[in-house]
Parts: sequence; C-alpha cells; structure tokens
Amino acid sequence: MSTATNLEPEQDAVENAIELKEVEGLSQGRIVARRFLRHRGAMISVVVLLALVVLVTTSIGWGPIPGWWQHGFREMNAIVNPSGAPTMGFVDGRFTFGAHPFGQDNVGRDVFAMVMRGTQQSLTVMVVIGVLSTAIGVVLGAFSGYYRGRTDSVIMRFTDMVITIPTIMVGAILGILVGGASPWTLAFALSLVTWTTMARLVRAQFLALREQEFVDAARVAGASDARIMFKHILPNAVGVIIVNSTLLMASAMLLETALSFLGFGIRAPEVSLGQIINEYSDAFATRPWLFWWPGAFIVTIALCVNFIGDGLRDAFDPRQRRIPTARALAKADAKKAAKALRAAAAKV
Amino acid sequence: MSTLELKGVSKRYRVRGSGTMLALDDVDVTITSGRTLALVGQSGSGKSTIAKIITQLERATSGEVLLDGAPIPRRGAALRRYRQQVRMVFQDPFASLNPYHSIRHHLERPLRLDKVVPRAQIEAEVVRLLDLVRLDPGATIDRRPHELSGGQRQRVAIARAIASRPSLLVADEPVSMLDVSIRLGVLNLLADLQRSQNLGVLYITHDLATARHFSDEIMVLNHGRVVEQGPSDDVILNPQHEYTRALLAASPDPDKHFEGAAR
Repeated sequence: MSTATNLEPEQDAVENAIELKEVEGLSQGRIVARRFLRHRGAMISVVVLLALVVLVTTSIGWGPIPGWWQHGFREMNAIVNPSGAPTMGFVDGRFTFGAHPFGQDNVGRDVFAMVMRGTQQSLTVMVVIGVLSTAIGVVLGAFSGYYRGRTDSVIMRFTDMVITIPTIMVGAILGILVGGASPWTLAFALSLVTWTTMARLVRAQFLALREQEFVDAARVAGASDARIMFKHILPNAVGVIIVNSTLLMASAMLLETALSFLGFGIRAPEVSLGQIINEYSDAFATRPWLFWWPGAFIVTIALCVNFIGDGLRDAFDPRQRRIPTARALAKADAKKAAKALRAAAAKV
Repeated sequence: MSTLELKGVSKRYRVRGSGTMLALDDVDVTITSGRTLALVGQSGSGKSTIAKIITQLERATSGEVLLDGAPIPRRGAALRRYRQQVRMVFQDPFASLNPYHSIRHHLERPLRLDKVVPRAQIEAEVVRLLDLVRLDPGATIDRRPHELSGGQRQRVAIARAIASRPSLLVADEPVSMLDVSIRLGVLNLLADLQRSQNLGVLYITHDLATARHFSDEIMVLNHGRVVEQGPSDDVILNPQHEYTRALLAASPDPDKHFEGAAR
C-alpha cells in the first residue's frame, strides 16, 4: 500500500473539518466578513487606501478640516531646486523632505499640495459616481427584474441605448455643458451613463430571487410590491451590489482622470490628477515629477479599490474555498506528517 | 365556519415557443373548515397550480373561486382580508424563509399587517405561536433561518401561516423536503393544529399513505383533471380509476395491509 494515495482522502477530510468549523453557527454576513478579513490583498489595500485618505484630507485640509502642510495648491513660491526638482531625498547622508518634497512646477507651485488637492477631487468624483450610479442601477434593475414583461423590455432597451453611447463622448459633451465647474457636477453628469452594468446585474438577481418561495410567502401574506422588492429581495442581492459598486468606483475614477486629461473634466484653476498630467504633459522630459506623482496616486488608488472589489467578490462567492487560518493549516500539515510517519513505521 | 370553492377552474399557461399548456382542466374543489382534503397526483398533474390559484399567486384562466359564496377580490383591502383567511405552507422550508430576517421578524410581520393583536401584545403572541408549533421560543426567536434545522424551519413556516388566524390552510407538500425521521412529527403537528384551530386544510402530496392517514377526503389529479374523489379509505382501499391504481402500485414502499385489503 502506498502512503501517497491514502493521504489524499485524509487531507480532504481535514480540510473539510476546517471548513465546517469555519462556518459553524456563523451568519452569512459574518462568514463574508471573516473571508474578507483573510484576503491579504484586500486588507493591504484597505490600509493603504485609508492611509491615503487621511493624508489627503489632513495635509492641505478639506472643507472644515484644517491642514498641516505649509503651502496651498495655488500659491506660487520661490523655486528652491533648479527647475523645481523635488527636495525630498538624501542631503549629507540624511533623509529629508525639504520644502517641496514632490517638486515645483515652472511658476513655483508646490506639486505635493497640487497632488493632494487633485486626489481629493478624484476621490470625490469616485465616491459620488459610485453612490449615484449604484442607486440608479439598483432601482432600474429592481423594477426591471421584479415586474418583467413590458416594464423590463422598456427599461432594458433604454439601458442598451445608454450602453451603446460611448461614455467618454457623453462625458466630453457633459463636461463641456456643465463646464469643469466642480467635481460634483461632473460626477452627477457621469453617473447618468455609468449605471448600466449595475442595472443589468441587479435585474438578473431579481429575476432569480423573485422565484424563491420566500417571495411567494410574502405575497401570500399580503406584502406590497415595494416591500417585497426592497425588504425581501434586495437584502439578498446586496453582495452583488456591493462588489459591483466597488469595481464601478475604480473605473469611475479612471474615467474622471481620462476626461480631465483630455481637458473635458475638471479644468484649471481647479485641480484633479488627470488635469495635472494634462497641464504638464509637455514637461514630461524636462520635469518628470510633474507627471509621475499624480500618475502614481492614480494607479495606487485604482489598484487599491480594484483589490478591495476582488476581495469582496471572493468573500461573497459561496463557491469560494474558505481560507483557513495559518494555525489550522499548520495543524493539518502536522497531522499529515504524523500519519505518514506512522505508516512508514508500520511498513518497517 | 368557512368554505372555499373552486368551480370549473381551468388554468392555461403560456409557453414560449409552443403556444399554451393546459395545467388545469375544469376542476372543482371544496375545502371546509375543520376538514382535510388531500390532493394527490404525480409531478405536473396540476396540484401546485391549484395551490397557487387558491392563494392568488396565479389567476385562473376560467372558472371561479368563491370564499363563502363571494368571489375573490382582485386587490386592495378586500384582497388582504381574503389572504388573512387563506394561508399557505410551502414545500421547501429552506427557500420559504427569507435568510436575512430573524424568526421574530417572520412572525411579527403578519401580526402587524393583519392587526391580529394590539401592538403591545405582539411579542407575547410570537411566543405563543412558537409554543403552539412546539419550538422553544427562547432558543429560536432571535435566530435566523439558517441556524435552524429543516424540521424547525418548517415549524416556523407553519407558525407564520397560522399567525393571521386563517380559517383555511394550503399545505403544498409540507414534508417532502424534510428528513424521513421528522416527517411524522410535522404532520402530527399540522393535524393537531387543524383540530385545535378548526382549520380547513388542503394537503397536497404524492404520498398516498400519509394522505390516507391525515385526511378525510382524497382527490386524485392527473393531467389537470380530477380522476377520482372520495373518502380517504374508499379511494385507497377500493380505487375506481386505473390511474389511482397505478399510483398505488407505484408507491415505493407499498403497505402490505393496503394491498391485502384491496384484493
């Protein structure tokens, strides 16, 4: 008898036991939370994103929040280094931030302050689009999937129509119409075209869930349509909605950046990450820091939000294997080794 | 004392691509308070369609449904009053309770909706209902459905169905999804409630043995038509229609006693 073959079922049994232990007596919400907390990429992203938000809101201040950074994003300062190179680095073997850690532009403005301001705007746009288009998508998708038939046809054909319109074009037109006035108006306008995926997903969820017996049970008990939709079906679709709205936020942020870069989004004197890159695209060869810093912030935020979305999707996916704790894995390994040892001893 | 009558009810479903499908063909059913009628038939015979028409999840294509001689109201407060009178226990206790709501919520809602008891007494009424279905209120009231076993869930579903103090109850295969070992317990509970609350019960099943044991009358349905109807013992012991005989012969575990008596 070979030890290799009869180890397989043993291992499976141990994993099974771990899995059962993991979900024993836990509600769906707690299982999801636990799996999310074990998702390394997502947890790192949450920490990085939170740190970023704290940095961005406190450094130059935001609304009522006072800032601790000495330069405003519009004020022009004397240029410190030649051509405004970053002052952050090693001076006499010691690390120092200096007066302008991210450098200055050609008129002496502080790039750090500008990037902070730009990130604030980009985050605002991201969150507003995320919330608004989720709301629009959920309501339209819910009606479509719940009432089916003609309501469904009308809403879905309308959705198809919105999908066929290139977002960037609509964004551009809306951008010109509402003028790069503020991130809020831009976000409101963009939300009108970014809700389509959400609407389709929610519709699919409602189509499936409305056939469940608990929906019939509610109807037999005399519950109203609105109550069935929003109190009985919606909570059961919340996983899909949360995951999708997170991923939607990541793409919303990139969309804002792209529009601002093209000059249709937020415009000077207001600042956004894409707008900074656009304004200084000529300076790429001579003053690369004007390009790299906002770029790094865009990539970091988009990556973090995407990772969080992935983590949430994995956490909500019931087919996903539960991620066991390190201790449980070690225990399973030890058990396996002991078993192999015993088998070897028996053979001798 | 309430009587629900289905008179000449037909139901035609529209099937995509292939026209229509006749699920029920001119069926008469009468359910009376205090009596149990079993509806027997194989899958697709139209049993569940009758349940859906009675509970107004579907509307009959033709024929009429009368509660104490009055047709079922189409909407509004009158329909709600009808629904307060006629409740249903569903087949799958894993699907018929909303996973996001607690047991308390499941029982409170119908009490609130139908104003069965004054607001202040709702809590006490929920406890009374759980007692009635022989669940420990302290251990179940704040749980969610996934924390209960199949049998416990079905008891909650029964408590929910009788919360509005209906006079008629439709039980659509209430034990077919349950473990064999607990089926009898749930059926006995239903029978007890039927007696103590003087309920009229429509017991839908494909299990002839329990149909005979728990109901006063049996109605055999095949391809949307009633093929045989009568007192339980007569139908089981002395089947007239060959479909009924086929159903009896197809029982996976034929009771020797039944077979002997039939010969």
